[in-house]
Amino acid sequence: MDVTVPILILAIPLFMFLLLGLTGMKMSHKLAGTLGTLGMGTVLVLAYVTAFTYFFGGAPEFIDAAGNRLQYLVFDQTWLAFTQNLVIKIGFLLDPISAMMLVVITTISFMVHLYSLGYMRDHHGVYEHGFQRFYAFLSLFSFSMLGLVVAPNIFQMYIFWELVGASSYLLIGFYYRKPSAVSASKKAFIVTRFADLGFLIGILVLSYYTGTFNFTDFTSSAVAGMEGVTQVNIHTAEGILNIFQSSPAPMFMGASVLTWALVLIFMGGMGKSAMLPLHIWLPDAMEGPTPVSALIHAATMVVAGVYLVARLFPLYLMEESALMIITVVGALTALYAAMVACTQVDIKRVLAFSTISQIAFMMVSLGVARMDIHHGLGYMASMFHLFTHAMFKALLFLGAGALIHAIGSNDYTDMHGLRKYMPITHITFLIGCLAIAGIIPFSGFFSKDEILSSCLGNSTIAYVWMSAVAGLTAFYMFRLYYLIFWWKEHKVHEGHHAPHDQPWVMSLPLIILAVISCVAGFIPFGNLVSWNGVPYDFMAHFNWSVAAVSLVVAIAGIALATVMYRKENELPAKFKNAVPALWRWCHHRFYWDELYMFITHRIIFGCICRPLAWFDRHIIDGTMDSFATITNKASDAIKPLQSGQVQMYVWYYLIGALALGGITYICLL
Amino acid sequence: MEITAIYYLVPALIMFCCGVYGFITRKNMIAMLISLELMLNAVDINFAVFNRFLWPGQLEGMFFTLFAIAIAAAETALAIAIIINIFRAAKNIDVRSLNEMKF
Amino acid sequence: MESVGSIILYLIVALSMIVFSVAAVTTRKILRAATYLLFTLFAAAAVYFMLDYEFLGAVQIAVYAGGIVVLFVFAILLTSKPGDNTEKLTSKSRFLGFVAAIATLLIAGYALVSRCAQLFQPKPEMVTPDMETVGQTLMGTGAGEYLLPFEAVSVLLLACIIGGVVVARKR
Repeated sequence: MDVTVPILILAIPLFMFLLLGLTGMKMSHKLAGTLGTLGMGTVLVLAYVTAFTYFFGGAPEFIDAAGNRLQYLVFDQTWLAFTQNLVIKIGFLLDPISAMMLVVITTISFMVHLYSLGYMRDHHGVYEHGFQRFYAFLSLFSFSMLGLVVAPNIFQMYIFWELVGASSYLLIGFYYRKPSAVSASKKAFIVTRFADLGFLIGILVLSYYTGTFNFTDFTSSAVAGMEGVTQVNIHTAEGILNIFQSSPAPMFMGASVLTWALVLIFMGGMGKSAMLPLHIWLPDAMEGPTPVSALIHAATMVVAGVYLVARLFPLYLMEESALMIITVVGALTALYAAMVACTQVDIKRVLAFSTISQIAFMMVSLGVARMDIHHGLGYMASMFHLFTHAMFKALLFLGAGALIHAIGSNDYTDMHGLRKYMPITHITFLIGCLAIAGIIPFSGFFSKDEILSSCLGNSTIAYVWMSAVAGLTAFYMFRLYYLIFWWKEHKVHEGHHAPHDQPWVMSLPLIILAVISCVAGFIPFGNLVSWNGVPYDFMAHFNWSVAAVSLVVAIAGIALATVMYRKENELPAKFKNAVPALWRWCHHRFYWDELYMFITHRIIFGCICRPLAWFDRHIIDGTMDSFATITNKASDAIKPLQSGQVQMYVWYYLIGALALGGITYICLL
Repeated sequence: MEITAIYYLVPALIMFCCGVYGFITRKNMIAMLISLELMLNAVDINFAVFNRFLWPGQLEGMFFTLFAIAIAAAETALAIAIIINIFRAAKNIDVRSLNEMKF
Repeated sequence: MESVGSIILYLIVALSMIVFSVAAVTTRKILRAATYLLFTLFAAAAVYFMLDYEFLGAVQIAVYAGGIVVLFVFAILLTSKPGDNTEKLTSKSRFLGFVAAIATLLIAGYALVSRCAQLFQPKPEMVTPDMETVGQTLMGTGAGEYLLPFEAVSVLLLACIIGGVVVARKR
């Protein structure tokens, strides 16, 4: 395969970032936006071509005679060679999940670029302050995210991982004059940085023992006769396990070193994917512009954690305990986020918690996946859900953005009954809700159903738990839907014109994404993506009873939401009063933020930082200050000697000279 | 009575002490300069005396004195130029009032 | 054994040296101080003559008496009105001066008398350096000859002339 196209996929967004970042302020707003969108459109086409060639081109480096998908290293350049073994490379790895991610990222990014042309200006057509900067950052993010998913080695992934973190920070803090946005961006950066510390240590542990950074060395074996082509192979992972088991110290604090490495790497994924307890940054990240939330905090960056685990999945297969941790963390997060989402007022927060919950679904799906063909469903289901979720969650976010743009507020209390005013937004939002709730033929149904099937294949508890969460998902999404579009008649305030659908640049992405959400479920995903590249006919493993149950659960959730929220009534208030403690805990997000505030402010700041600050200020600074003070005092004390009276100086000099002469003389005698 | 080296050195020493006394007590800068000349001359005499009495075959002391006189002349000329300049600026050559450079 | 005349000459020279130097630092009239300085310088010149350094004595008279003292007189006349007396010394400054002078006297005098075996020997014979010797020594470049300091002093004097002009010049 020619390397031009893959290089261009990375180079165009980088070039756009530099161009818009450096010269954007000299351009008109329109030119900058158009350039950014056109650049992303080109990347979209290139990525589609690449993915299509990979999946359907049938070239021998992509698929072998038996129909197994292979990994192909398009290029791999040495970037930093520290020692013979420690070589860091920059490359482009094409395999099923990276090809799929290319499609997801470029699709959503292009939609967001297009949508922002309309969103980042007000009703009078005046562009937002920093419009060009916005497009520059979007390009930077796209570049980083694309570089992340195609990384053939874990170090490149880490670099781009940090780059997406940085661009996320820049975009959350886009409205840098708003204090809440600034603190949200800082929070996101600090929390994910904290998680990345674990990631880095995990990388170092893994690479220390194995002597390599390459993913293919961890998980794949080379295919004979072709350079740069590998196939995911469990034996390689077993070899890695052997390395760890035969190392001088295979255990550390009761767990094997490999487990530690994998859990620490997963910690990085927890930070990026907002898993409990590192989820606190994501709801606050909604301070950024809504297209950013759709791109970064719903569709692409936050699934990087899932992608990371999927990348190293054969290694995780070696350590059941690590997978168990992933499952438990995912399950707890899914339930927690779903419960919180039921009580939030800000529609973007609801979507944010729903995102957390859905990513947790993907995590659980990976956690319950196992090696054999039946249980291997989990891996495919996770990637499938990643794909469909990216589409319908971006749709929901962009729809929410349209509402916010029309209403000028994030709270559904200011919306209510908008269905007649904004029909396109209404229909597309409804499709998104149906998709996430898992109603048949929409895409979410298929992916979620496979997740539940794989849960059932692993343990009944996980299945029941996740089914309940799925029902809760349907409930809170339709609660949101009804509260926005129904509940009661919309009041148009005096002096405001009635809300209306947005211009085509904003509506078109909604329609496209809605169409994708309708049909994406029918993609034969198992043929394209599986953990070891062996095609997987999931229809043969499709569990109709699970599908029926989940459908019933989803419909029950929707029905409950319909009863409670379709028309204005007393039920929600009654429910709230029936379980006041639960409601209050959910509404306050189970006081996680307060807990963090307590830990950081009271314990870390109060008990550690303040004594350290005291020590620094009084002991260290005090010592230095006292040197200065002593010098100062001493010079003040001897200053009068410098009286300006020359004769006194002569006198001092003479006495000194005479004393010296006398002493010398006495000593010489 | 033999006039030995000490007979020359003692008056020179007294002259030097007078110079020291005058340099410390005088307020007028020209008077201070006069005291300075006394000290210089006392030292010059010492050079000549030691040369004459201890190493009569050589001329080092004499030439040292010669150069000291030359340098003293230069120094005096310059010092007087400075004093006159100060007098122009401050209308005064009292060394005790010229203490701008203290601290 | 010296001749009586030379002893008398010595006494006059030594006494005048002491008396005039004391007078030079104690008189309250500044012009008189300059005059006493002149006499002291003459006494010093006399000492050089007694030590057979005629050239040095001549230089002393020419440079000091003829040059420097005249310069002093001019400076005094420029900077003070006739009849001005310096004010009386405070007891503190007089005390300080006495302490310094006495201390110098004690230390240097002790040094003189404690190491003075040689200082009580009679004056050795010496050929009076004639002008040719002085000139050759001053202009020579060998050991014990002084061309380099001579040149250095000439440069110094030049710098001093320029410096004096610049410093004292009216702006």
